[in-house]
Amino acid sequence: MTQQPILEVRGVTKSFGSIHALRGVDFRLLPGEIHALAGENGAGKSTLMNIIDGILQPTGGEILWQGRPVRIASPTAAQALGIGFVHQEIALCPDVSVAENIFMAATNISRSPLMDYRALERRAAEILSQICAIDPRRLAGDLPIAEQQLVEIAKALTLDCKVLILDEPTAALSQREAEALFRIMRRLADRGIAIIYISHRMAEIFDNCDRVTVFRDGQYITTMNIPEITPDDVVKAMVGRVIDDLYPPKASPGSIGRDTVLEVRNLTDRRRFHDVSFRLRKGEILGIGGLIGAGRSEIVRGICRLEGAVEGEVSLNGHPLALRDYSDSIRAGLVYLSEDRKGDGVFLDMAIAANVSALDIDRVANAAGIISDADERAQAEALGRKLNLKYGCLSDPVASLSGGNQQKVAIAKMLAVGPKVIFLDEPTRGVDVGAKAEIHRILRDLAGKGTGIVVISSEMPELIGLCDRVIVVCEGRISGEVEGPEMTEENIMQLASAALPRGQVA
Amino acid sequence: MESSMNVAATGSPRSGGLGRLLRMRETGLIAIILVLIIAMSFASPYFLTWVNIRAMVMAFAVEGIVVVGMTILLISGGIDLSVGSVTALAMVIAGLLFLAGVNPWLASGIAIAACTGIGAIMGVFVTKVGLHHFIVSLAVMVIARGLCLLGTGGRPIGLYTLPDSFKFIGQGSIGPIPVVILIFVVVVVIFDFLLRRSTAFRRVFYTGSNEKAAAYSGIRTKKVIFLTTTLCATLSGVAGVIYMARFGSAQPTFGMGMELNVIAAAVIGGASLKGGSGTILGAILGTILLSVVSSSLALLDVSVYWQDIIRGSILLTAVTVDHYLNKKRGRG
Ligand SMILES: Nc1ncnc2c1ncn2[C@@H]1O[C@H](COP(=O)(O)OP(=O)(O)OP(=O)(O)O)[C@@H](O)[C@H]1O
Ligand SMILES: [Mg+2]
Repeated sequence: MTQQPILEVRGVTKSFGSIHALRGVDFRLLPGEIHALAGENGAGKSTLMNIIDGILQPTGGEILWQGRPVRIASPTAAQALGIGFVHQEIALCPDVSVAENIFMAATNISRSPLMDYRALERRAAEILSQICAIDPRRLAGDLPIAEQQLVEIAKALTLDCKVLILDEPTAALSQREAEALFRIMRRLADRGIAIIYISHRMAEIFDNCDRVTVFRDGQYITTMNIPEITPDDVVKAMVGRVIDDLYPPKASPGSIGRDTVLEVRNLTDRRRFHDVSFRLRKGEILGIGGLIGAGRSEIVRGICRLEGAVEGEVSLNGHPLALRDYSDSIRAGLVYLSEDRKGDGVFLDMAIAANVSALDIDRVANAAGIISDADERAQAEALGRKLNLKYGCLSDPVASLSGGNQQKVAIAKMLAVGPKVIFLDEPTRGVDVGAKAEIHRILRDLAGKGTGIVVISSEMPELIGLCDRVIVVCEGRISGEVEGPEMTEENIMQLASAALPRGQVA
Repeated sequence: MESSMNVAATGSPRSGGLGRLLRMRETGLIAIILVLIIAMSFASPYFLTWVNIRAMVMAFAVEGIVVVGMTILLISGGIDLSVGSVTALAMVIAGLLFLAGVNPWLASGIAIAACTGIGAIMGVFVTKVGLHHFIVSLAVMVIARGLCLLGTGGRPIGLYTLPDSFKFIGQGSIGPIPVVILIFVVVVVIFDFLLRRSTAFRRVFYTGSNEKAAAYSGIRTKKVIFLTTTLCATLSGVAGVIYMARFGSAQPTFGMGMELNVIAAAVIGGASLKGGSGTILGAILGTILLSVVSSSLALLDVSVYWQDIIRGSILLTAVTVDHYLNKKRGRG
């Protein structure tokens, strides 16, 4: 290619102690292109982006900006060059308004000594209106995770940048918001801005990107033109082999028993959801679909007594449960995998092994309440192997793992208690294709052995590919249910955006 | 796959065992303390005598019990500024009861129970009302001090008739070792072990590390915070009673500024004000370091004013070094 790259990375290496996150990677970014970066969890994608943004300094190699070698000493330096970065992990100031968050970086480089809050809100509203309807005066911490993600994106849009890095921006978004984002990306690219787009969702890469670069184990593998290849080519480059079945086979009709594992009747919390009733049969994986903010997570958290004052009946294997709080729920065998991994899923600064045993430490302790290190390690090791977790040492803090591997720790934590029903809220968010297939296979396995599995997912192909039946939530009520061949994106979308279920009066 | 990365199967590599030990904060502290002691033994022949060592250990042993409580509270994400006043209050309550004719053991029990009550009240304000530890304990610090002064009219009360059997816990020794030091060692060993290994204290770490994630793991985090707040006050009460036995008096102005010393020791020893990290051993080494420094400076005839400046600088250095190391390890 003859065009001059705006950004070029040559032979960059980065090690953290004994871990080599990058071992001499190359990367060329052309103006006006949307360039996907793909690779398994821990391949080094975020590490390279952090180097480009000046957050980390490379151990070796060089970076060229418009053909000239540069040293990017800090995020401020990166900003000055014209690099904008939407991080994989959300980092907003929770006690500050959305508008102020959006203009945090812009305020930082502005010369005016005073804040003009009115103008700030007006301009924030302008930017937000391109993506979604969020009131810029709300506190960032009050927003659900998906909306926080949108605010992060809006933040980057305020900067007048030449290169925009999006590290898994759609992981927390549903289709609708994601599509709005893609439209904005295309518009920016048409203006000549180069975009680096990191995602584990093949469909998104193929629908929206021009080229794709693949990393594996910290090494550069290849760069390909999207129109000339198929998703299989990317997957093969990523994992070094072909993954034939992305989703495990569904339960055969005979294997789903007549027995009900979990029955929920007339669950209400008055504010966010009403009259929720459904049954989970033995052997099936039940999906919950719906738009962001429909109340899916709230319903599930209500069942587990994690929050809110809920009324209604929940019975497990035919016995009604009287749960006071979540620790009762864990004891009864109902566990919940949170959608916000960093916020409430893992203990970032604690050891991997300690994270895995958090739900029930008594399992790895004797009767006197003394923890056995060996048991704790053995438990973490066994589950780590099952989930194909990539780590240095079990006593390392979870913060040292890549995003997808942190997610696996969160899942291991739940599996450690041998639950009867698992509610998984976006279980494969940020997880690479291989690991995702792995997690799906494990869920199918558990379902086959009689564990109840309920999956909330904003990723339509996942719901359809993994679940045997999907109930759809719309504005806090169940608006319908699809099963078998009826499980199509159109049907689910339609139910998800139906204001009221047909044939039913409020 | 390269050897330093596990794909979960290869078992945890123990190769870094020695390196890990060297990088541990405790090792660094011990090294610094040893260097200081060796240097001082040259500077002053008196430094390494049994009398001086004994005096130094006696000086921090009782405060060390408060450090234990503070460290646990810090790990759970809290802080307590009232430890000094509460220690004094325990002395005053026990002293006044004794003067009123109550058996000194019973009087001590009541005083410790009263401190536990104060801790429980702080716990309620923090967990139920939702105020910050800093504010609640600041208020209690002032109130408890006021109560001390109110109860005694501001003057120390002499307790000349304390029976020897009671004074024994503060002044006696078993063999060559003072009882105070024995109590201190027992408390430290027990809590250090529990903190490392018991499920109850593991919950304290979970809560301090990420309260929301702990709640989402079914841990009753409010209860944990309530209990650590209470425990810290109880241990302050225990310290107060031992001080009374040691001095044979109750001093209403005792322990002013103690909270700063205690928090500094815990933080030098690796406890974080953000919660989620800290060890008893580290905190005690922090206490020892501060104490060795003070007594060295005193022996070298350095003015008290300089001593404060030096202690403050040590705190800053320790925390800065730690911050830098953490960053290098990639956790910052
Ligand atoms: N601060 C750190 N300390 C130690 N190791 C680290 C640190 N940051 C990253 N690593 C390691 O570097 C490797 C690359 O991590 P990176 O976050 O770049 O992966 P990624 O490709 O972004 O993965 P994901 O898709 O899961 O986000 C991983 O093995 C990770 O454990
Ligand atoms: Mg990443």
